[in-house]
Amino acid sequence: MSMLCEIRDLAVTYRSQKVPALTDVNLGIEAGKRLAIIGESGSGKSTLARTLAGLLPAGAKISGNIEWQSGKSPVAGRDLGFVFQDPTSSLNPVLTIGEQVAESARRHLGLSWKDAQIRALEMLERVRIPQPENASRAFPHQLSGGQRQRVAIAAALAARPKILIADEATSALDMVVQAEIVSLLDELVREAGMTLIFITHDIALASGFTDHIAIFKDGSLIESGPTIAILSSPHATYTKTLLASHRDLSTPPLIAEAVI
Amino acid sequence: MTLLEIERLSKRFSSGSRDVAALNDVSLSLAPAETLGLVGASGSGKSTLARILMRLIPADGGAIRFEGEDWLSLSGADLRRRRARIQMVFQDVLGAFNPRATVGSVLDDPLRIHNIVPKADRRREIAALLDRVGLPADYADRSIRDVSGGQRQRIAIARAIATQPSLIVLDEAVSALDVSIRGKILELLVELQRERGIAYLFVSHDLSVLRAVSHRIAVMDAGRLVETGAAGRVIENPHSAAAHALIAAVPRLVTGIPQGPSHDL
Repeated sequence: MSMLCEIRDLAVTYRSQKVPALTDVNLGIEAGKRLAIIGESGSGKSTLARTLAGLLPAGAKISGNIEWQSGKSPVAGRDLGFVFQDPTSSLNPVLTIGEQVAESARRHLGLSWKDAQIRALEMLERVRIPQPENASRAFPHQLSGGQRQRVAIAAALAARPKILIADEATSALDMVVQAEIVSLLDELVREAGMTLIFITHDIALASGFTDHIAIFKDGSLIESGPTIAILSSPHATYTKTLLASHRDLSTPPLIAEAVI
Repeated sequence: MTLLEIERLSKRFSSGSRDVAALNDVSLSLAPAETLGLVGASGSGKSTLARILMRLIPADGGAIRFEGEDWLSLSGADLRRRRARIQMVFQDVLGAFNPRATVGSVLDDPLRIHNIVPKADRRREIAALLDRVGLPADYADRSIRDVSGGQRQRIAIARAIATQPSLIVLDEAVSALDVSIRGKILELLVELQRERGIAYLFVSHDLSVLRAVSHRIAVMDAGRLVETGAAGRVIENPHSAAAHALIAAVPRLVTGIPQGPSHDL
């Protein structure tokens, strides 16, 4: 077991905010494993993702530290890919699909523009965009939400980063597309031996494919550990509540059926 | 008795050379106090159906009978008056409200527009509506921006019931809420239905939400209604490929060692 990083006493406060978005976070992240960061709105889960990626806005105060095993912080885009919730705002609307994926490969792998375009096509194929040649000439608005998210994943992985952070990357998609994107992410990080940090409000979604889980509430880490251990014997009351409020197809309905 | 009868509804959208059948010959019905869950993937046509029903966009063909009237031929003052009977609750409630509005003004609008109670009684009615959805009466003076997402959805429900509708269209009404709040809002919807006999057309891509509150479920795929049945039947014994896919996509809480395919008999 090798560590990717150790987070010690981390606290983050955004500019002009009194209340910290994160406090007292102590968490080790294992290299090559899949970690789920679970929390509801305002839990600090996205703040943690942005802190790890070095993407906090200017003026945010950080205390504590993150010790990276490699000795230096990963460079976002090169060592660490980031997939956001809304591909409509993370993709550039005036660049073609091929250009956005190639851009990342060109900048971080030092490829020529021509080789970067070949790499982009290869990536579009990897994320299973149908007819990648045609798609590479299309603009983001010409694709469906699910296809756009595949493109965002291709762009995030084009420079062969060792870490992928997916921040609510499937929350804006419908359930069928969500299931497809989760299995694609799972497969891609497995093949490449990457570390996946999967941020979600949906503990059931995370339960199906992650190795570790860390649960956040109101800026604090409530509980963390192997996924199976947390789900089968949660310690924190909040984790128990979260599991109890989960609803799936086997949960008894709130109504008696067939009134008619 | 039927409250709503949708018959052979169709709608095409075209842009440039593309021509898409958003709704293709869709028929369904809804009884008073019944919840019909309308499920489908993005682009299946469920929102188009809801928009036509709300008279936000016209249909190309087909008919809708609502409370015994030819709903699609109503216009002008008749339509405005009858609109009180069908209300809608959206997913993004902040986007549905004027951001500068107070909670009180959001609830005052429908009472005034549809002349539900005399002016002198409106303040009391607003307090009663807030109380009914579980919020204190002094919330009326707050800005709509200063309440949480779950509270805002309660206010949207209060506004929807203000006009005493017989049907509320719920368009992904709980999808943006945290799971702990989602259950409470679903419980509130069920209580209101029992108490007031309101029918719901609940549009969602999330079958687990629809399973909780629907009497029947209708499945849409590429503009067509591919399956309708009692909620339990559709989920336990789906006939259509679209229903199978939607069921398979619902995340299951894995609480033990995952069972490999070899354990499957």
